[in-house]
Amino acid sequence: MTIEKLELFEVFIRSKRGLDHKHVGSLHAEDHEQALEYARDVYTRRSEGVSIWVIRSEDICASQEDDSESFFDPSDDKPYRHATYYPLPKEIDNM
Amino acid sequence: MANSDLTEAELEAAFQEKIDSEQKIEPKDWMPEGYRKNLIRQMSQHAHSEVIGMQPEGNWITRAPSLRRKAVLLAKVQDEAGHGLYLYSATETLGISRAEMIEALQTGAAKYASIFNYPTQTWGDMGAIGWLVDGAAICNQVSLQRTSYGPYARGMIRICKEESFHQRQGYQIMIELALGTPEQKQMAQDSLNRFYWPSLMMFGPHDSDSAHSAKSMKWKIKRETNDDLRQKFIDQTAPQIKFLGLEHPDKDLKWNAERGHHDSGEINWDEFYSVINGNGHCNRQRIQHHVKAHEEGAWVRAAMLAYKEKKKKQYQVD
Repeated sequence: MTIEKLELFEVFIRSKRGLDHKHVGSLHAEDHEQALEYARDVYTRRSEGVSIWVIRSEDICASQEDDSESFFDPSDDKPYRHATYYPLPKEIDNM
Repeated sequence: MANSDLTEAELEAAFQEKIDSEQKIEPKDWMPEGYRKNLIRQMSQHAHSEVIGMQPEGNWITRAPSLRRKAVLLAKVQDEAGHGLYLYSATETLGISRAEMIEALQTGAAKYASIFNYPTQTWGDMGAIGWLVDGAAICNQVSLQRTSYGPYARGMIRICKEESFHQRQGYQIMIELALGTPEQKQMAQDSLNRFYWPSLMMFGPHDSDSAHSAKSMKWKIKRETNDDLRQKFIDQTAPQIKFLGLEHPDKDLKWNAERGHHDSGEINWDEFYSVINGNGHCNRQRIQHHVKAHEEGAWVRAAMLAYKEKKKKQYQVD
């Protein structure tokens, strides 16, 4: 099988216990197991992580840039969702 | 070495060592059954509280005094639903299903914060709840950002960030009422009187009477004790009550310079246990409403399933 035929996998690494897995990049592999091994070789050569997730790129469903207006704009006119919208009296230093 | 080569005692020692050195426990790690059970109990109870907590405030959405107030209250209730979702999902990483948790709530096997069994009688209660109830919850949740279970800790960080507006919008309602007409000020006082003590009860029994505390502290599920967190809340609330010009509901409250904290009166623990055990004003109503909403949503879940089946068939044909 040629390299072009291999599937694309996305790689996520947890740098430290307690932190989220973060997307670090992608690679080609035959299957999940191989993707995990490659990810270790390619993305954690300097002890960058304590845990790796790999997932087939085609299994990721992503929002489209073209949708972003209808997706995200409705939040723009709701400043009352932020604490800073409510001024605190001087006498109360924090809350 | 694979986990299977180690004895239970060795596994537990390694687990405790991780906890002692402030490392987080993650879903696929080995953990003692007791730790898993304790977390499921606490986290699902937390999730249920977020969801049941929508009811007392939902009660005032249609009667908010202005459109702006209505939008704010809606946004807050919407946040609570979201927080319930974060917490249910985090709990599911421990191997329990959403359906099992919902059933435990509806049959009474699982509890939720008993503060939500108090009725919301006036608009002032929206102020008191945001300020005091969310305030007490935030005290607890800030502490839980350092809990030992990774998904719970990360959920708490997200929730605390979103929740900061809840307390402030509540306090703003209180300020407006307290500085308003004598009737409005009276409304604020009445809400404060009714919600102050139940807010203190939210921290749970005294440390000496708390069934789960010692183990929870050893496993760092809890990072501060019930009484320490309650003291924090009492101390931070005292000047806020003073600024409103309202009478403090605790007549025994006194600054103790030696301790650097307020001394306070005793909580009515009979009321606490009575409400927890089902005899609050709204216990039955809260669960009945939850069951009703769940059953009325059945057709939506059925429709989603049918749609999924239809799509699957189409896919097979194509």
